[in-house]
Amino acid sequence: MYNGNCASHTDNIYQPHLARIVRRLPQIKDHRLFQLRFEDSEIRQNFSYRPGQFVELSIIGTGEAPISISSSPTRPGVIELCVRRIGRMTEALFRLPLNSLVGVRGPYGNGFPLEQMRGNNLLIVAGGLGMAPLRSLLWYALDNRSLFKEVILMFGAKVAEEMLFKYELLTLLDRTDMRCLLTVDKDEEGTWPAQVGVVTKLFDLFEVDPKITYAAVCGPPIMYKFVSKKLLEKKFSKDRILMSLERKMKCGVGKCGHCMIGYKYTCIDGPIFTYWDAINLPEMI
Amino acid sequence: MQIVKLPKQNLDKFIKSLSKFGQIYAPIKKDANTSLFSKIEDSSQIDLGYNRTLLPPKKYFLPPIDTMFKFSAEAGYEEMEHDLNEKSILLGVHSCDIHGLRILDLVFSGRYVDNYYFTGRKNTSIIGVSCIPDDMCFCRSMGTDFVENGFDLFLSDIDQSYLVRIATSLGDDMVRASQSLFKEVGKEEIEEHKKKSNEMQKHFKIDLELYNLPEILDLEYESKTWEEIGEKCLSCGSCSMVCPTCYCYDVFDELSLDGKTGERKRRWDSCLFKDYALVAGGTNFRSERSARVKNRYFHKHRGFVAQYGKPSCVGCGRCIQSCPAKINIVEVITKIRSDAYV
Repeated sequence: MYNGNCASHTDNIYQPHLARIVRRLPQIKDHRLFQLRFEDSEIRQNFSYRPGQFVELSIIGTGEAPISISSSPTRPGVIELCVRRIGRMTEALFRLPLNSLVGVRGPYGNGFPLEQMRGNNLLIVAGGLGMAPLRSLLWYALDNRSLFKEVILMFGAKVAEEMLFKYELLTLLDRTDMRCLLTVDKDEEGTWPAQVGVVTKLFDLFEVDPKITYAAVCGPPIMYKFVSKKLLEKKFSKDRILMSLERKMKCGVGKCGHCMIGYKYTCIDGPIFTYWDAINLPEMI
Repeated sequence: MQIVKLPKQNLDKFIKSLSKFGQIYAPIKKDANTSLFSKIEDSSQIDLGYNRTLLPPKKYFLPPIDTMFKFSAEAGYEEMEHDLNEKSILLGVHSCDIHGLRILDLVFSGRYVDNYYFTGRKNTSIIGVSCIPDDMCFCRSMGTDFVENGFDLFLSDIDQSYLVRIATSLGDDMVRASQSLFKEVGKEEIEEHKKKSNEMQKHFKIDLELYNLPEILDLEYESKTWEEIGEKCLSCGSCSMVCPTCYCYDVFDELSLDGKTGERKRRWDSCLFKDYALVAGGTNFRSERSARVKNRYFHKHRGFVAQYGKPSCVGCGRCIQSCPAKINIVEVITKIRSDAYV
């Protein structure tokens, strides 16, 4: 008989809680921002999270998948998930009418180490759908502006039509308390109001002291390679480069094994890893 | 620890007396080469002299397929009713398999406690039994050939009798419920038991050298040996299924014919399956067979050690026995070690 000390746990760690899709905001092609509101008022009030964390989203009858939280904990009441229509789960989600019920459990993952990051400059580097988790950090920083020194956003997309949260981010161009650098690889019509070129070119536009700066990076695998190279050239320590990594997460709680990298579970030890962690774990980036 | 003696002629009576402590599950012989843990209706079926069962006892705590929730569009996911008071006895568990359960305990506890696993664990008493290693056992290498805890009673075979170690109050209740069947242990029986333990050493034919293995695996991460094994491996996942410490599972929703309700289930998965690390959009983080094989060995002998301080392997030999491609973990590790020495 098991006589260990986990006798008192009665909660089912796999229990999804019902949440309603209260808004569905179209983004770029095949991407939508879903606003979810927990049905249970107690859960709604107690659901707290940190930027960089994710939830397990259940489409009733289809299954469950991990989705990063795109909203900021500074704006409670609903959570926002930015989803690309790409698989069986997300196809089903896109078919659900407004006001449908879904299941949500979490939040999971470590999230960004905010306590450590406070008082430093914040450099957010995003590519493509990588903006989805970083949007949470961006709004957290802007809503708690005094917690950080400089805030710089670098975000690259192939073309303007593929830039996530474009209109929301374009409004940041006017802000004087941050640098918002939005770049597109190609601007054939010449109408893009911000930068043109790959995201790494943006590094030439500003100087930051790497000793008092944290870089938060998320994007397609190839971007990690080029961005980390640039950051190292700029003399960033490897533990000041924070990356949000993707793996196949299933249970979210470090049991099912799928997201294992080396000896870390992406779901509980990540998804935010320092660059140091990333290069010291086999097959991580 | 308290030790008593159970003469073998009293074993059957004792087993019958156990039924009031719960449903008995024990090894039976299915055919000449196959033993299984099975629900016991008739105690004469029990074969305590078995070699190794096809599946380890994990199947009772992490079933091959298990229903987690029932669901409907209106009510969402509702937990299935589990009978929390249903008691079971797992009789005849070898030392390595008890160690295997204790490794699974580590995985399913921690910050997030998996109650599907622990409900069964807490309601099941474990009665261990000693064994004689065969040519696929390497428990001695893994330090799992003997066990100090994780059981209620442990029966050690000394020919005419079993020496019975009583490890818990529940085990004590079981013995006291049939007190007349048990005898005091004499000095010569202690001597006999020590002799048997020492003799057990002679039966081992293979050894897996653990010395500095995590570091050697790091050093040999790029070794060509992984590709050679990848070439042989069929990705069938048999080694994971029969492994007492493999716990990976997949979760899926199964819709009823009404199209509105259904069940969320989980089922054993294997890191050797091609789609194991495949994410939506088509990226597969381990599409190469050699990468998957390497990951399995690394997790057991490098990753798990870093996380929990010991490897997640108990030397039961099941993966050696079940591999259709005849991949042998002891040979693989020996090869990797010799790569390291070149």
